[in-house]
Amino acid sequence: MRFFEYEAREVVKRAGIPVTDYGFTTDAAEARTIAERIGGPTVIKSQVLTGGRMKAGGVKFADTPEEAEAHARDILALEINGHMPRGVLVDPKAEVEQEYYAGVVWDGTAKRPLMLFSDMGGIDIEQVAEEHPDHVGRGHFSTIEPFSDFQAKQVIAAAGVTGRALQRATPVLARLAQLFLDNDMTLAEINPLAELKDGSFVALDAHMEMENEGMPRQKNLIEALGIGAEEGTREDHTPTAFEEAVKAIDAADHRGVIQGKDTGFNGNIGLVIGAGGGSLTLTDAVRQQGGKPANYSEIGGNPSVAKACGLAKQVLQKDGVEKIAVMMSIVSNTRVDIVARGVIKACLELGRDPGETIAIFRIPGAWEEEGFKILDKYGIEYCDRSVSLWEAAGRAVAKIEGAS
Amino acid sequence: MRKDGIFIAVEVDDQVAADTELARKLTEACPVDIFAQSADGSLEIVEKNLDECVLCRLCLDAAAAAGADGAVKIVKLYDGDAVLA
Amino acid sequence: MSILINQDTTFIIQGITGREAVNLTRECLDYGSKIVGGVTPGRKGREVHGVPVFDTVEQVVEHNGGVIPDGSVVTVPPAGTRDAVFEALHAGIKTIVIVTERIPRRDVAMMVELADAKGARIIGPNCLGVIVPGVAKMGGIGGPARNAAVAYQPGAVGVMSRSGGMTTEISSTLTAAGLGVSTAVSIGGDAIIGSTYAELMPYFEADEQTQAIVIYTEPGGRMEAQLAQWVKEHDSRLPIIAFMAGKFMDDEEMQGMSFGHAGTIVEGKEDSATEKIARLEAAGIPVVQRIDEIPDLVKAKLAERSPA
Repeated sequence: MRFFEYEAREVVKRAGIPVTDYGFTTDAAEARTIAERIGGPTVIKSQVLTGGRMKAGGVKFADTPEEAEAHARDILALEINGHMPRGVLVDPKAEVEQEYYAGVVWDGTAKRPLMLFSDMGGIDIEQVAEEHPDHVGRGHFSTIEPFSDFQAKQVIAAAGVTGRALQRATPVLARLAQLFLDNDMTLAEINPLAELKDGSFVALDAHMEMENEGMPRQKNLIEALGIGAEEGTREDHTPTAFEEAVKAIDAADHRGVIQGKDTGFNGNIGLVIGAGGGSLTLTDAVRQQGGKPANYSEIGGNPSVAKACGLAKQVLQKDGVEKIAVMMSIVSNTRVDIVARGVIKACLELGRDPGETIAIFRIPGAWEEEGFKILDKYGIEYCDRSVSLWEAAGRAVAKIEGAS
Repeated sequence: MRKDGIFIAVEVDDQVAADTELARKLTEACPVDIFAQSADGSLEIVEKNLDECVLCRLCLDAAAAAGADGAVKIVKLYDGDAVLA
Repeated sequence: MSILINQDTTFIIQGITGREAVNLTRECLDYGSKIVGGVTPGRKGREVHGVPVFDTVEQVVEHNGGVIPDGSVVTVPPAGTRDAVFEALHAGIKTIVIVTERIPRRDVAMMVELADAKGARIIGPNCLGVIVPGVAKMGGIGGPARNAAVAYQPGAVGVMSRSGGMTTEISSTLTAAGLGVSTAVSIGGDAIIGSTYAELMPYFEADEQTQAIVIYTEPGGRMEAQLAQWVKEHDSRLPIIAFMAGKFMDDEEMQGMSFGHAGTIVEGKEDSATEKIARLEAAGIPVVQRIDEIPDLVKAKLAERSPA
């Protein structure tokens, strides 16, 4: 789950890391009130879940409250990369001495969280790491042992920072590391972390992402930030009608699991496939043999006839789909006969001939003898494990591309 | 009585269907809710669940245990109307 | 021989009374595995397919006269997994298969860290476990014993896969080609897992039965790069052949999406299928386009290595 900057800053603030005296609003007039309260030059920042807002004109500087209001009005109406802003953040323009970067991510290879610190803040950390590796400090930390400040200090020192800045930055990175674990984040970043003229450190921008799997136990935080359940995980893309429909079928019945995606797919071969790895393999196999999938899907966990039927129906009802290919890697939990019944039922309920509509059925494994009897009765072309995933996909492509 | 789905048909002796105790046992046994009890306790076959039958034989066993062996028949319509034994 | 488990391995099932766990218990017993107890808090005194159920792991050990089981299959809901695995680790269990999916990464990292400290090994999470064909299986891998017997015959090839289902698809292909499988490990589909390819390589290296390795890989994560590095640093006797699924995810319109497993989310350019294939091949690991190409390539590699 992704957070807006104003939410991420709130998370940072709750962790005891100093932030500026900013205000968030969805209203231009209120932006002026906030600017008046701040009483000096301000920065007006668009609140969108996408990068590149600076370039797009989503960040503007104001000397007066009037100017702040005018900028807020413009920015609130400005779409960035297809996103309308949630609101604007009115931030005091800080007297910055030096910009730093502080971040924490997971390192899947080390299987531990990794702290990153740099004295070259304000720009992309990956760029800094590539061009100035000596300006980036790194350090893993334990998820079991209590965190100790020296670990943060080592990372900051490794970036070449010393003196007062080292002393002042240490608690910031230490608290960021702690909040990363406490809040089930997959990314916690303060960039820039600013050292002001008076030597104090404040977070000028923050970027947080929470792991979806952690959301159930982070309910309190999510609620406190005012995020409603209807916002879900704030996926990057809006689900399509097909995706919504498959999700609803899956949720309505606890037996088995189905998934369907069609964002980025627009071909004519309907795919009713599984399981996880099998779906990835089969989607590649169809494409590499010149086929154009209309969708991606996954069947797993031994779904009911109704669920398999529901998925097949959704795929068949997509524009341009005349035939479906029903294929899975060898199944041991999911039953061949149950899936066969489901996909045939889908055809019949839509008034289509299963033998014509199902280009190929390749699901070997549990209860296949029973499944093959069903397929025989409806004249459906099927194959067992002696026909590889690649070959089955190729047959489907030949049939469907040949027909059109 | 008998009801047919697309793939599965279920046939139950009428006499047995009226037995409320056996109706209860069949309702409990079936993992996919093909059997239910009507208001008077007699057996009902739930048509929309017929095709969910997983051929587990639990209903056949329940009937046999109650001394009504063979009173419930599961027919595989896709297999020349073969009866699950 | 085999890796991780053998004919004498004893294990327990944590969460044994759950619906899937009951099936898994049946399958493992039928396959010849030695299950010495099950744990579901509050269900002490029950039996699952003849396996006695206890409230705690400590009770299982006590029941077995103080003998600590070799392993545990953990199949409890995500919120309780960390606690269950800690319990197993504190009891002294050294091989833990975590079946559960959707466990937060922090919990996975904690379990792995504690396992390291205690000299134990975790397989998974989000995996189907380990199978030694004809000997034993620990987890749902291969399904019911009679299905597992069809797909898995003893042989020379070690299999490691991020997908449980594809472990069986690949093993079945090897079995059909007469090569067979030494040990197959479903390593799990999450972003952080207990045992990566590179971490299991020394086990296969030490196993005389294993003559070659086949891996199934996906986009996301760095464990293929880690394996490539391992191969460069070790003069392994084992040829490795890889299959990469999910190449379509490299398309621009698929950016930022995950398919199949949670771990397929691409978080950096090193994680993409194209980049991984390049790294593996640079390390001398051929990446085949199709699963059905694997047996011939394995045979060719074995012929190359065997002293003529």
